[in-house]
Amino acid sequence: MAKQVLSFTLNDSETDVLVQPYVTLLDALREDLELTGPKEGCGTGDCGACTVHLDGKPVASCLVLALQARGRSVRTIEGLGRFDALHPLQDAFVRLGVPQCGFCIPGVLMAAAALLAENPHPSEEEIRYGIAGNLCRCTGYTKMLAAITEAAGVAPARRA
Amino acid sequence: MRRFQLALPRNIDECVKFLAERGPETKVIAGGTDLLPQMKNGLLKPAAVVDLSGVADLRTLRRQDGSGLRVGASVTAREIERDAYVRSAYPALAESGALVGSVQIRNLATVGGNLCNAAPSADMAPPLLALEAEAVVAGPRGRRRVSLSDFFTGVRRTVLAPDELLVELIVPALGPRSGGQYLRHTPRRELDIAVVGVASQITMSDGVCAKARIALAAVAPTPIRATAAEQALEGRPLTAEQIGRAATLAVEAARPISDQRGSADFRRHLVAVLTRRTLTTALERAAR
Ligand SMILES: Cc1cc2nc3c(=O)[nH]c(=O)nc-3n(C[C@H](O)[C@H](O)[C@H](O)COP(=O)(O)OP(=O)(O)OC[C@H]3O[C@@H](n4cnc5c(N)ncnc54)[C@H](O)[C@@H]3O)c2cc1C
Repeated sequence: MAKQVLSFTLNDSETDVLVQPYVTLLDALREDLELTGPKEGCGTGDCGACTVHLDGKPVASCLVLALQARGRSVRTIEGLGRFDALHPLQDAFVRLGVPQCGFCIPGVLMAAAALLAENPHPSEEEIRYGIAGNLCRCTGYTKMLAAITEAAGVAPARRA
Repeated sequence: MRRFQLALPRNIDECVKFLAERGPETKVIAGGTDLLPQMKNGLLKPAAVVDLSGVADLRTLRRQDGSGLRVGASVTAREIERDAYVRSAYPALAESGALVGSVQIRNLATVGGNLCNAAPSADMAPPLLALEAEAVVAGPRGRRRVSLSDFFTGVRRTVLAPDELLVELIVPALGPRSGGQYLRHTPRRELDIAVVGVASQITMSDGVCAKARIALAAVAPTPIRATAAEQALEGRPLTAEQIGRAATLAVEAARPISDQRGSADFRRHLVAVLTRRTLTTALERAAR
């Protein structure tokens, strides 16, 4: 089957890539664009490890076809901050030592970043609800909650 | 996933044309949150897929002056959850949108996909049934309107022919003193499928119930209305006793099965509890 051109904005850069029509956005990001931050946990939308922003909104990229992102804007964890200027959430996650195995963390950060962009000062309940679609099997949610709460105090509302 | 051809139409006519040309081997994809898991596990193997994401006409959610609400098939659960007008005028619908999956799912999941996938547990079906929504369907022979109560024909089956597309839902305006609520029971609060879902929608007039609509999810092969319970309420004041009677009649409308989510008996119990609770809240909301 012929590959098709996917033209979209990826982490603020205009990007063209050839993809098969039957691959997911997650696979295109990982396999064709070598962005391995988004992870495949379940492949069925339950775990949130593949969370990226599509036009600023968090989505499960394992349930999006790559070509459905045509003309749209995608942000992955690689585009959330820079090594020399971490997003306040990344900074808080590092300082509080949130990650253990780290597999779920890119997805959690993207979900939390979308939450803070929409609601800069969420309540604890709102934070829990905002990351309810992200499963962690080792670190636990307590430190995540603490780090997101701390970052919410300083996160510029217009990031993510 | 098995390989497939992907069509990227820009309008409804192109969609319908492609569906008519390619026949029953073709599936449309909206949010993909039902379709892609079913394709990944091999349940569905379409040779071609038609992507609705480029069809802007399906994405409008608008209030019609004096005549209700039009909800495009591709409007997402998240948009329904957050829309200020839906929240104030049709809270049961907003509540059902807010319950679908997680935020990552709700940003993809569309109302059209929820209805066309036709799961008995589809959360947005009961409020739309209770609101007496009509479905606008486009096909090669033009458009037709189907009452949502005639839309579902079985588990994962609807009246749509393979070459037809759900375009939008027309939700009638509600009279003054109307109220509604949708509640579902799930063992987990987030990311779970309804064991039972109940939507109640009432309109009061001079202290009596002028109109009642009650719809149930996950207790029959399709989402259903509990018409005997509705009729028992109409023309009467909504006392606790009347609400209790309606709850008993709603249980009689249910034909639940026992499965890993709950036994038939537990489901009947939940129908009674949730019917009572949603009617009580509907009455409170109608008084506002
Ligand atoms: C993790 C997870 C959690 C979920 N939780 C819930 C939940 O709590 N409650 C719930 O009700 N559902 C839930 N779902 C199911 C699903 O998200 C919803 O049913 C959703 O609304 C489906 O919409 P979609 O746009 O993704 O549909 P798609 O997957 O794109 O389509 C579903 C079906 O409808 C057809 N279709 C779509 N649009 C049209 C149209 N316009 N015309 C004709 N046919 C059409 C498709 O061909 C397909 O057969 C969940 C799914 C996942 C993955």
